[in-house]
Amino acid sequence: MRRRVAPYFLLGPGAAWLLLFFVVPLYYLFELSLNSGVFGSYEFNWHWANYGDALSLYETQFVRSFEYAGLATLFALLLAYPLAYTIAFKAGRWRNVLLFAVVAPFFTTYLIRTLAWETILSDQSPVVSVLDTLGLAPEGHVLATGGAVIAGLTYNFLPFMVLPIYASLERIDVRLIEAGKDLYASASQTFFRVTLPLSAPGVVAGTLLTFIPASGDYVNAQFLGSASNQMIGNVIQSLYLKQSDYPAAAALSFVLMAAILILVLIYIRFAGSEALMGEEAV
Amino acid sequence: MGGRGGGAWRWLREHAVQIVGVLVVLYMLIPIVVIFAFSFNDPAGRYNFTWVGFTFSHWSNAFGIPELNEALVTSLKLAVLATLISTVIGTLMAMALVRYEFFGRRAANFLIVIPMATPEVVMGSALLSFFLILGTFSLGFQTLLIAHVMFCISFVVVVVRSRLIGFDRNLEEAAKDLGASPFTTFRLVTLPLIMPGIFGAAMLAFALSIDDFVISNFNSGTTVTFPLYIFGAAQRGIPVEVNVIAMILFFFTVCAMGFATWQQRRAEKLTSVRPEQEVGVGAGVPAGVSANA
Repeated sequence: MRRRVAPYFLLGPGAAWLLLFFVVPLYYLFELSLNSGVFGSYEFNWHWANYGDALSLYETQFVRSFEYAGLATLFALLLAYPLAYTIAFKAGRWRNVLLFAVVAPFFTTYLIRTLAWETILSDQSPVVSVLDTLGLAPEGHVLATGGAVIAGLTYNFLPFMVLPIYASLERIDVRLIEAGKDLYASASQTFFRVTLPLSAPGVVAGTLLTFIPASGDYVNAQFLGSASNQMIGNVIQSLYLKQSDYPAAAALSFVLMAAILILVLIYIRFAGSEALMGEEAV
Repeated sequence: MGGRGGGAWRWLREHAVQIVGVLVVLYMLIPIVVIFAFSFNDPAGRYNFTWVGFTFSHWSNAFGIPELNEALVTSLKLAVLATLISTVIGTLMAMALVRYEFFGRRAANFLIVIPMATPEVVMGSALLSFFLILGTFSLGFQTLLIAHVMFCISFVVVVVRSRLIGFDRNLEEAAKDLGASPFTTFRLVTLPLIMPGIFGAAMLAFALSIDDFVISNFNSGTTVTFPLYIFGAAQRGIPVEVNVIAMILFFFTVCAMGFATWQQRRAEKLTSVRPEQEVGVGAGVPAGVSANA
């Protein structure tokens, strides 16, 4: 009998906290999104029109958010994979130093890191003149363009991509890779047929951990972008905290969550569910 | 093509992955270097964006801005409390999930994963809606604490659980055979062995809390935390002291992390001092890395 109630006692406080302050608020968010009226006198009346209005009004920001987040995820993957591979297989005794360097940016505040990029990408900076000579900075500036926002997102969420890929590469039985070589596979064949498929769970986890926070982010667009680079996070923040248009903001928030959930489900279907939930579900 | 040039070319080709890897690491460290360098800057106006001249004055005046100090103290208090609460209840949850089979386990796992898969802006706005409609909590330190504990719990559970999964339960059996009560067994055997995991989880919770901007932005009322101060100051120009404090926090965290790694190695040594050591799994994995995976 004691064994039967014990897990519920252990689980109780945390589960209650998550239910009360995560699940219940989502319900309130949904309810608020169906309110109508002006600030101070909102009333609940199944006002579904909020959704249509919000979507038609802010469609560009929605599309832009997913576009920026998708590109940032792609760039982060391209940067993270070689790094994770180096740490897992080539670093030797430097492994812990490199792992430390990957998490080091987390030790400085997110906002200050983003502001540091504002400094690095500002028009007077030497980095921008180099990019300009390479033809990567049209008209000599990078700041306040979509490129700067995507670069900021890529940078800020890169550790979330590196760590899961590293974890899955590190777990690979090296003998499998050696077997590929013994069977006369070329280096690239071994990589694409053995190493890459075995690291797929890390890639799936990493892309989700990058894409989800990136698509809801508004800090990078705020500091590195201009008015024409606003993402859906900026709209939600401004509707909530500046214009106090709660129903519209709640509707946008809810649509954002639903859209991400749908994208994630499609992606998992496509990439294999065990890749994501394999460990979580144990 | 000459012999030497061919050799260099071959070396480059063979080490291409490492070269890219090292370049990416350098890219990750650039902003830290910039933040450090600009903490010695002597800007002419309010904006600390272009290099003007070298000065130590902002380091000696690190705590000279009252509002900044207040924000920092609020952030530290908040982070300590959120860490304590989330580490305790998260560890209990991890114990339940690893040690017991029970009805609702899958639902509990789902409840833990889903906050990590939700954008912060959604969590922030949902909590604000909740607080506004409910009306019982006035926005401020208490709502910040509720929010921070909420988003830290999941991460604590994940970290502690990974530590518990590799736990050798024979050690607990031995304690029980020697007459220890369940509580004594927990206090003297289980807790010391999972302590590095708990410590790691607590550090992660602390880092998440002290760095949180988005959720705090929604639920702070008029309370100002360190990130909120920076956000507010960004429009009117950020004082150089912010860089100084960011670097102090950075060095402090690096030291804490070094301490955590040292603790973990010590715990691994403790567990490995056993008469019949199993050979095979884990034998080739260097200490300190296996637990991170």
